[in-house]
Amino acid sequence: MINEDKEIVRYTANQRLNHWLIALSFVLLAISGLALFHPALFWLSNLLGGGTWTRILHPFIGVVMFVSFFSFALQLWRDNRMTADDRAWLKAVPKVISHQEEGVPEAGRYNGGQKVLFWVLIVLMLGLLVSGVLMWRTYFTFPVELIRWASMLHALFALVLVCAIIVHAYAGIWVKGSVRAMTRGTVTPGWAWKHHRKWYRKKMRDSSLK
Amino acid sequence: MASQGMDIKRRSATTTPSPSVRNSPVQGGGVAKLIDVSQCIGCKACQVACMEWNDLRDEVGHNVGVYDNPADMTENSWTVMRFSEYEKDDGDLEWLIRKDGCMHCEEPGCLTACPSPGAIVQHANGIVDFNQDSCIGCGYCVTGCPFDVPRISKTDKKAYKCNLCVDRVEVGQEPACVKICPTGAISFGSKDDMKHHADERIRDLKSRGYDNAGLYDPDGVGGTHVMYVLHHADKPQLYSGLPKAPKISAIVSLWKGPAKPIGVAAMVLTALVGAAHYIRNRPSEVTKADELAAKHAAELVALQAAELAAEKTAEEERNDQRG
Repeated sequence: MINEDKEIVRYTANQRLNHWLIALSFVLLAISGLALFHPALFWLSNLLGGGTWTRILHPFIGVVMFVSFFSFALQLWRDNRMTADDRAWLKAVPKVISHQEEGVPEAGRYNGGQKVLFWVLIVLMLGLLVSGVLMWRTYFTFPVELIRWASMLHALFALVLVCAIIVHAYAGIWVKGSVRAMTRGTVTPGWAWKHHRKWYRKKMRDSSLK
Repeated sequence: MASQGMDIKRRSATTTPSPSVRNSPVQGGGVAKLIDVSQCIGCKACQVACMEWNDLRDEVGHNVGVYDNPADMTENSWTVMRFSEYEKDDGDLEWLIRKDGCMHCEEPGCLTACPSPGAIVQHANGIVDFNQDSCIGCGYCVTGCPFDVPRISKTDKKAYKCNLCVDRVEVGQEPACVKICPTGAISFGSKDDMKHHADERIRDLKSRGYDNAGLYDPDGVGGTHVMYVLHHADKPQLYSGLPKAPKISAIVSLWKGPAKPIGVAAMVLTALVGAAHYIRNRPSEVTKADELAAKHAAELVALQAAELAAEKTAEEERNDQRG
């Protein structure tokens, strides 16, 4: 049914690679971070080769995630500016997740939920970097009261990040056809029509004007 | 860690009980070291004894203009004499010398903060001991300590501090600093006995005009197994910043307390809500109708574009004719 010529490119190969580098570093960070967060999860430290290796590697992987994430975010931020339509879309989330999509505002390249995630991630990533550096005793020395705040906030930011990424991953699984956007880089016209109609129309206009 | 010699009461990052079948009630409130600051002459014999017994050698440092030497505790100097000059209201100068080191809190902030199982243990007699084999070098113990005691080694990145000579106490001996002290300023025994001894010392100090003499055994950390007799117990800060009301920071308590179960529950709940949603609501799938609608929309756009292009050409032609 799907004509391959008609597939729409959503992400370039480099963007996809970058996305999965962020995802890989996130998984390693979440697992090693949880190992240090709750004693019941200390066994997860085995992933990186034990507690000491976890302590050594976790911050470096954090730097990788930070750099990788921001080089990706810089390419996407223009498409993530909030509009009145996005706010209306957010109000209609209960409809979206229960398959009643009539009357839901059309989404651009990203819908309101994705844009919220985008900006939440920006804030969390910055917060995690700053608090993480404050806690990185091997290389930095800061007043202990500052480190206490950093430790608490680092855990809080990380916890919100993990929840946000669970929602992100779930949305990718629930909305069929999304994962291939990040594996193959393309989506079908029907997918773009259903989920990002405004973006689809723009794509069509742009391609017909060529 | 085998604990044949001394039973373990608390173990870091461990959610199940420590072996407790042998635990008999600890006599006399556990052990305690009593440091009578009023009897200390600042000879630093305790520092030397500590280094000798524990086989520690610190780097030779530089004189920084005060008698404190080394200037601070390090991974190799588990105890340091801190000298502070205090001018009393009547103009008299007092030298307040405090032997700084681990206080062996009944509720240890280091143990609360430590993420590595068994890296910090508290023995039944109250001694708080670091087990460097399990230490991962994260420094959380430093973050948790209200007394700024643990030090991370620059070479092996492990945390070190006074262990109250646990290996000596285990075989019925007193810590090395206690044994060496030439003035009897440091004594060791059961906590109850040390409190009795402190009472005598305080009575003596009061009779000599130190009305505020008293025992430093702060409640905020559940009491300590290292206690001080201070001539100015109302102002412990005079003794090189000994905290007046030490307790585990509220931020650390939150981070290592309710944040842990609430945080993990929030993550698990988020995942469960997702799973429940997937099961209750079929996934969002693109239908044939969507593909068709998309096709029509694309055709419409192409048509409009073609019309627009045709109009444009027509207009250009008209312009050409006029020109």
